[in-house]
Amino acid sequence: MSGQSTYQPTSAVGKWFESRLPVMGLVHDTMLNFPTPKNLNYWWTFGGILATFLVLQIITGIVLAMQYTPHVDFAFESVEKIMRDVNYGWLLRYAHANGASMFFLAVYIHIFRGLYYGSYKQPRELLWIIGVIIYLVMMATAFMGYLLPWGQMSFWGATVITNFFSAFPIVGDPIVEWLRGGFVVGNPTLNRFFSLHYLTPFILVGLVGLHVWALHVPGNANPTGVEVKSVKDDTVPFHPYYTLKDSFAIVVFMILFLWFVFFAPNFLGEVDNYIKANPLVTPAHIVPEWYFLPFYAILRAVPDKLGGVLLMFASIGVLFILPWLDTSKVKSATFRPLYKQFFFIFVAVSIGLGYLGGKPAEGGYILAARILTAYYFAHFLIIMPILGLIEKPKKLPESIAKAVLDKNGDDPGGGGAPAEAVTAPETKG
Amino acid sequence: MAHTDQSDTTRRDFLYIATGSFAAATAFSIWPLIDQMNPDASVLALSSTEVDLTPVEVGQSMTVKWRGSPIFIRRRTAEEIKEALAVPLEDLPDPEADSERAEKPEWLIMVGVCTHLGCIPKGQKLGDERGDYNGWFCPCHGSHYDTAGRIRKGPAPLNLVVPPIEYLEETKIRIG
Ligand code: HEM
Ligand code: FES
Repeated sequence: MSGQSTYQPTSAVGKWFESRLPVMGLVHDTMLNFPTPKNLNYWWTFGGILATFLVLQIITGIVLAMQYTPHVDFAFESVEKIMRDVNYGWLLRYAHANGASMFFLAVYIHIFRGLYYGSYKQPRELLWIIGVIIYLVMMATAFMGYLLPWGQMSFWGATVITNFFSAFPIVGDPIVEWLRGGFVVGNPTLNRFFSLHYLTPFILVGLVGLHVWALHVPGNANPTGVEVKSVKDDTVPFHPYYTLKDSFAIVVFMILFLWFVFFAPNFLGEVDNYIKANPLVTPAHIVPEWYFLPFYAILRAVPDKLGGVLLMFASIGVLFILPWLDTSKVKSATFRPLYKQFFFIFVAVSIGLGYLGGKPAEGGYILAARILTAYYFAHFLIIMPILGLIEKPKKLPESIAKAVLDKNGDDPGGGGAPAEAVTAPETKG
Repeated sequence: MAHTDQSDTTRRDFLYIATGSFAAATAFSIWPLIDQMNPDASVLALSSTEVDLTPVEVGQSMTVKWRGSPIFIRRRTAEEIKEALAVPLEDLPDPEADSERAEKPEWLIMVGVCTHLGCIPKGQKLGDERGDYNGWFCPCHGSHYDTAGRIRKGPAPLNLVVPPIEYLEETKIRIG
């Protein structure tokens, strides 16, 4: 997206068009000819998967909106009507609801990919920060979408989450009433959430544009963490090499998605949401959707209301400053023997928090959640800064080309550090 | 150039003032867009309700709706009142004497919304779990309230809110 285009239209119409609106050149430079490191593994395909799911959510969402009624007296019934009466309504709704889950699964893999390979480091800090903003807007979108079916979990989830703001002194309660348009979650809340749920995905489209733009200035990172030194030796054009690799990954991911849609459409959901919202009865055990569970665990780990809310926001906020907390010069965990271990501990801690978020807030679960919450923050605020100072990284390959050639030439045993970088099973390609 | 001195400053001043007013006007015009999200007149109009207390026997509870939220009405037993009075105020996270919460000790009337994140605590129905302090228990994140609806344990910061109540007759009240 930056610099002079090398695109040369061949047809007369193409030339006429390009000199007036150089949009084909933009597509050519960013999606076809873009020089991409030749050693990207399958963990790099999740960007394409995410883009696919954003489009899919928008398409299924727009057709659902043709059948859905955002009013407290009809919302639940209209969703049931979608499920029973509307042609293929069940498919559209299951695709939209499970699509949201797959979207989050993909974004979590994408984020952990970034953490493992140090993709957030200079010169990609802004790219990373835009990514964190995308993640926040995604969460807001899914949260508002979840209110729309107006089930018990919809209602109580929205009640609890809008109440987060009541933790702030003085301004808290007015903010909560403003968000809800009433003293409790009600029709005004449902209406505005529908309006905003329709809007935010398009804001996401814009943010994704910025994300890709910021990506195309430094170019992709890669599994060695060594930057591209020679476009000729280290890169291949995006098309056909990565268009195909991405397409293959998208197809595989779609199999998982469609398996949920057709064989376990309610597995990731909550049964209580098939009971219509009742403002006078809280379900015995309220839990958010699975993708929010780790944050819910952090919230409940703190015995203080404001403290819990602040810590929960901070658990995402800390990602914004991560590029400056990590003091290591080496990007990829492949060459960071200590960080690599801490990375996998961190993955386990995050999954553990997710597990605890789904358990009742009592006894041993709370204690475990406290320990894991403390570790979560220690990982970013203590371990990351210190590791960079004390760790002795392995020797980096001279270049991407060298790393790739070493891998293909040597016998698997004799590789040393560079070989290890590229012997991960997912690098075949 | 002799006469420009003065006209230059006034032109520039004019630009500053014009820009400033333009910014202020824009800021003001955003307010209606924000304020429309606040509770509207019809929501605010629903803000008082009358309740007849006669059907409630000692030891029983009743739940009514006020401003969309449940109101817990409990006719407390002598035992429960005694328990509530016996607690030293320093033991309370949100110190409030029982007499400040129940104008007539027998009738405890509160908004049944947990002051943590807004769930409805259990304890109104017979057989409900009532927590460690024999009052109400919020299952969402484990807040325990005592027989005066005061927070004793758990993440909720404040006691269950006592709404504005007026006794119209011996057993008739207006809430709000
Ligand atoms: C970022 C993309 C999106 C995400 C993550 C998302 C997420 C969600 C979620 C989690 C639900 C609740 C599903 C359920 O349990 O039933 C939902 C419902 C809904 N969404 Fe979206 N959505 C997205 C985009 C859109 C768009 C662009 C529209 C267009 C208007 C839309 C329209 C709807 C409608 C009408 C419902 C209610 C029907 C139902 O509950 O299935 N969504 N959305
Ligand atoms: S809402 Fe009652 S304890 Fe959290």
